[in-house]
Amino acid sequence: MALKVLLGNEAIAYGAVEAGVHVATGYPGTPSSEVLGTLAVLAREKGFYAEWSTNEKVALEVATGAALAGARAIVTMKHVGLNVAADALMTLAYLGVEGGLVLVVADDPGPHSSQNEQDTRLFGRFAKVPVLDPATPREAKEMTVYAFDLSEKLHLPVIIRPTTRVSHVCQEVEVSEEYNPRPVRGFKIDPRWVCMPSLAAQKHPWLNAQQEKAQELFVTAPFNEVQLVSKSGIIASGVSYNYVREALDRLGAEASLLKIGTPYPLPESLVVDFLRQVERVLVVEELEPVVEEQVVAAAFRHNLCLPIAGKRDRMVPREGELDVDRVTPVVARFLGVKYVPPEGSALPPLPQRGPILCAGCPHRASFYIFKEAARGMNAVFTGDIGCYTLGIAPPLGTVHTCLCMGASIGMAMGLWRAEPRRKCVAFLGDSTFFHNGIPGLIDAVYNQADIVVVVLDNCTTAMTGHQPHPGTGRTAAGDATREINIAELARACGVAYVREVDPLNSREAFAVALEALRRRGPSVVVMKSPCTQLIKPQGRYQVNPAKCAQYKFCVDTVGCPAILPGEEHPVITDKCVGCGFCATICPADAIERVGE
Amino acid sequence: MKFDIVIAGVGGQGNVLASRVLARAALAAGLEVRTSESIGMAQREGQVASHVRMGKGLAGGIIPRGEADLLIGLELAEAVRALPKLRAGGKAVVSTTVIRPLSVLLGNSLYDDAALLGYLKERVPDVIFVNAEDLAVQAGNRKAANSVLLGAVSTLDGFVPVSAELLLDALLQTLLPRLHEVNRRAFALGQQAVSKP
Repeated sequence: MALKVLLGNEAIAYGAVEAGVHVATGYPGTPSSEVLGTLAVLAREKGFYAEWSTNEKVALEVATGAALAGARAIVTMKHVGLNVAADALMTLAYLGVEGGLVLVVADDPGPHSSQNEQDTRLFGRFAKVPVLDPATPREAKEMTVYAFDLSEKLHLPVIIRPTTRVSHVCQEVEVSEEYNPRPVRGFKIDPRWVCMPSLAAQKHPWLNAQQEKAQELFVTAPFNEVQLVSKSGIIASGVSYNYVREALDRLGAEASLLKIGTPYPLPESLVVDFLRQVERVLVVEELEPVVEEQVVAAAFRHNLCLPIAGKRDRMVPREGELDVDRVTPVVARFLGVKYVPPEGSALPPLPQRGPILCAGCPHRASFYIFKEAARGMNAVFTGDIGCYTLGIAPPLGTVHTCLCMGASIGMAMGLWRAEPRRKCVAFLGDSTFFHNGIPGLIDAVYNQADIVVVVLDNCTTAMTGHQPHPGTGRTAAGDATREINIAELARACGVAYVREVDPLNSREAFAVALEALRRRGPSVVVMKSPCTQLIKPQGRYQVNPAKCAQYKFCVDTVGCPAILPGEEHPVITDKCVGCGFCATICPADAIERVGE
Repeated sequence: MKFDIVIAGVGGQGNVLASRVLARAALAAGLEVRTSESIGMAQREGQVASHVRMGKGLAGGIIPRGEADLLIGLELAEAVRALPKLRAGGKAVVSTTVIRPLSVLLGNSLYDDAALLGYLKERVPDVIFVNAEDLAVQAGNRKAANSVLLGAVSTLDGFVPVSAELLLDALLQTLLPRLHEVNRRAFALGQQAVSKP
């Protein structure tokens, strides 16, 4: 055993290795990505299998197959990824598993890097699958080992639901180098793996009975703790427990505590025993009142009459991420303790600093080209999930919608059906295209939608940390594999006009964009140029003051962070990676490569 | 005992790396540690703040308002933005590096360097200013600005519960061997900038 500083996501990966995992799958998504990223490295070292799957549904299906054969499998995704995998999960609960199957579904209260704040604990309840809610990286690792055993005891998949403040928190964690997988028993052919309606009818009572069994097992789970010190009780789930503890410290107050690590199904007898020891209780949890509603129901069922504070009386915020600053006044109010928040003087005006596309990002060129090519067309640009959602920012302003993975294509079709005279252009990334873009494209061909689909192919899954995908020719473990060509795929789907072009070759790319917009669609343009983070800078550009006409055209229309307005003429800083796009569009031809 | 550090900067400045180095040093000093990091969308030139907590009996990873003992600022405006986290009597080591965001370049928001510097001096009279980016360039790599600041922080031995030696060791352990020389130089330049301003 060695003590290492680990990110919560790394701790989960080490937990899976300790549990003897055989198969690991996932699709990247903040804040979950480092779990499979770490497992992919460990897979090579220890000799198990890890893959980046094309999407979360496929990832869960691969893991399911392995678990049906008796292997231990883990599958990782972010909260919204579970929506994609939901079709598999909802029925998998009825089928059950042989080998342990653990889903790591990372929630993003805030949200920091997501399109919504959905609460996976609620999803677990909906799917009738037990959920573990870790408070710290160390607990997340212990829960991972426990989750495999639990999954096999109950024959159910089990969800571990870290949030950003577990996934992206580091802590010292004991790590073992040992990997002792048990032999895989093998798949036994049996009608119970075929989800016929009659089987579902037969399995449903079993599935409900497993909920009660899980509830009983959770009564003695090491992740729930009771501390009795006063007649005021606080129940806290996951990371909220940390905030409650620290709030009590700051206030110099005490309360009886029930820490919950197993929010669904809530261990009822443990909760009822706690409720009997206190006169009033406060439930603190992030997002939905998942624990609170179960506490209220348990109190009612056991004829316990005591005030239960939480989300319903608006004591605890139901939106956004909690922290000590938000929890301290809640605890103070509940305990009737005085709390004076720290004084702060007003800050001087600060610049707004949102995330933007990097210097030299090829997406900037693609957006600029289509914006120019579609000038005067009143076109709608549907966007998608990835770095390129940042195309919404000025001066580009080329993302008019964003919903979920792959939605750019379907939404462009719908917009065009509603306004058939309007040009609709769908922008989506390479990994997003593989993930969920292909069915939309086939729909566009099948139903003859006159839209343009632009695949922003930067040869990686950039936003989440440069994971490989089917177009990269590399696997999660780094091995070479067959590269799937997006343009060929689009042709095979029946698209008549398909072009692949480098957006940094602006003249040719502009001509292609114009042609795609003029033709009757569906047409596909693959804008292919690698992410700047993957390649070395290609030299640098500078402004030639003698030629610069000082339109500040480059500053005002391109929005590259390497170009500053300057005192007398725009200045290109050493952030420049030499993409040269600004040079090709400068009306005065004043931008030149350094050293030429 | 608990010692809380906020590291504020702009995505791409090595904020997360600095937090890992401090965490590693704390572990070597026999302390418990928690960090909380900004990873994901905020990386791309956005504002980022990492939290590092070291000591005994730690709870969560996020530092409350007015409780940080030390503020490390990789960028001027971001240091000011994170200042409400610093406790009364806390210390600050701030780079005078200015990164003007696109909103300023496009004239949609304001960046007043003098006002920000003045505010920091007024709120934290013993603030240590270091031109981390210039010193990093001098050391051989602009990206080593975080190492310059860690060097500057290492002069607060006694206030910060990890020694300069542990901090440098942790820095080198965190980096690939080919980056050791540049970062060792950057760390030393940061130390010198404080002792010989």
